[in-house]
Amino acid sequence: MKPPPFRYHDPDSVEEAIGLLGRLENARLLAGGQSLMPMLNMRFVLPDHLIDLARVEALRGVRLEADRARIGAMTVQRDLERDAALAERLPLVAEALRWVGHRQTRNRGTLGGSLCHLDPAAELPAVCAVLDAVVRVRGPGGERQLAFADFPLGYMTPAIEPDEMLVGVELPLWPRGHGHGFAEFARRHGDYAIALAAVQLALDASGRIARAAVAIGGVGPAPVRVQAAERALLGEAPTDAVLAAAAAACREVEAMDDVQVPGTYRRQLAGVMARRALADAVARASAQGT
Amino acid sequence: MMDSTEQTRDIALEVNGRAVAEQVPVRLTLADFLRQQLGLTGTHLGCEHGVCGACTVLVDGRSARACLMLAVQADGRTVTTVEGLAPADGPLHPLQQAFHECHGLQCGFCTPGMLTTLAELLAECPRPTEDEVRVAISGNLCRCTGYQAIVDAALLAARRMAGDAEAA
Ligand code: FES
Ligand code: FES
Repeated sequence: MKPPPFRYHDPDSVEEAIGLLGRLENARLLAGGQSLMPMLNMRFVLPDHLIDLARVEALRGVRLEADRARIGAMTVQRDLERDAALAERLPLVAEALRWVGHRQTRNRGTLGGSLCHLDPAAELPAVCAVLDAVVRVRGPGGERQLAFADFPLGYMTPAIEPDEMLVGVELPLWPRGHGHGFAEFARRHGDYAIALAAVQLALDASGRIARAAVAIGGVGPAPVRVQAAERALLGEAPTDAVLAAAAAACREVEAMDDVQVPGTYRRQLAGVMARRALADAVARASAQGT
Repeated sequence: MMDSTEQTRDIALEVNGRAVAEQVPVRLTLADFLRQQLGLTGTHLGCEHGVCGACTVLVDGRSARACLMLAVQADGRTVTTVEGLAPADGPLHPLQQAFHECHGLQCGFCTPGMLTTLAELLAECPRPTEDEVRVAISGNLCRCTGYQAIVDAALLAARRMAGDAEAA
């Protein structure tokens, strides 16, 4: 099992990478290689050119601003997991990252690589969905931004043109004191999820739910926000009945069938994972004025 | 196997403390480079697609699957393989010694990946809990031991490396 022959390019700037993308036929961008390298080794993909982004330093790093975190597309997952400032403002990110692959793959795998690969059961796309991430994409005509909700066009298909690349992600911050929850079911630790749920909640001064975001991954062709669940939570006190109603809404999402996992089972698990993530988020949220 | 269209590159890196300069086909994986070009066959290849962890090496001190990295990507980096954990003629690394004593290996196929992964863990987290050890090696498959002896060995090595008196 060896990669097929290709020409290797390692630009050190985004401009150079985009120039190569525009010029070369059948080129693939290589981020951390934790999905593309297996596909190359198994010869599922046969690119004529491989454009390695490892030397593009400008694409790495986490910057915290007043209202958002700006994260470079080539930021390594394990660096993201260990970023103390980010963990303080958006603890969901580090919690979800512990479910991403294994330590060895997180040492190489990147945020941008995971988002562009867009496996339906991957954790990071679900995190971006629940946090209303803004995705920054650059091409020969300059940069454009899109809401993460518009990023998945379908199964493993991001809204990126062949001559464009993902350069970064912005995660709007939540107020301090918000609660987060992440729950996932997979057959083995580090496997892709059969179903996962990511939740963000903020309570008002009276302890009612002032803001809620619920995303389900692994069930349909791409992670989804469950608006019916969010509606069931908003303005309510987080009682068992309210959380159960929100979890029930999560069982209604579109589900994929495959040989190992029927869609009905995925939907059932979506509800269970949502219930657990919601309970964690409530337990972690503190009542306060927003 | 190299035909005329095969692109090659010169790379320079440090492997187990030794400066290495070689010409490599750009599609050569780091694992094959280490094994075939440098003769460092301690890095094992089980699956060659990132599942088993047998090929784990340290790149700039961080564990990585050598089957999922190209040799050209190691240019300018420092790579440590299982051969580099302890000097060739010196005592074993505390992890190796503990694996030996606790029967942390049977066939030994997974062992290089276990050792390199655990070396990174103990460098970052000198007193891991049993749970932390299990999570750290979750990406390393062992078909022989049932893992318990590996976990025991890791914890023993950690106690010794942290200088706990009763573990000596
Ligand atoms: S050979 Fe690299 S992970 Fe199995
Ligand atoms: S000792 Fe044989 S695979 Fe682990």
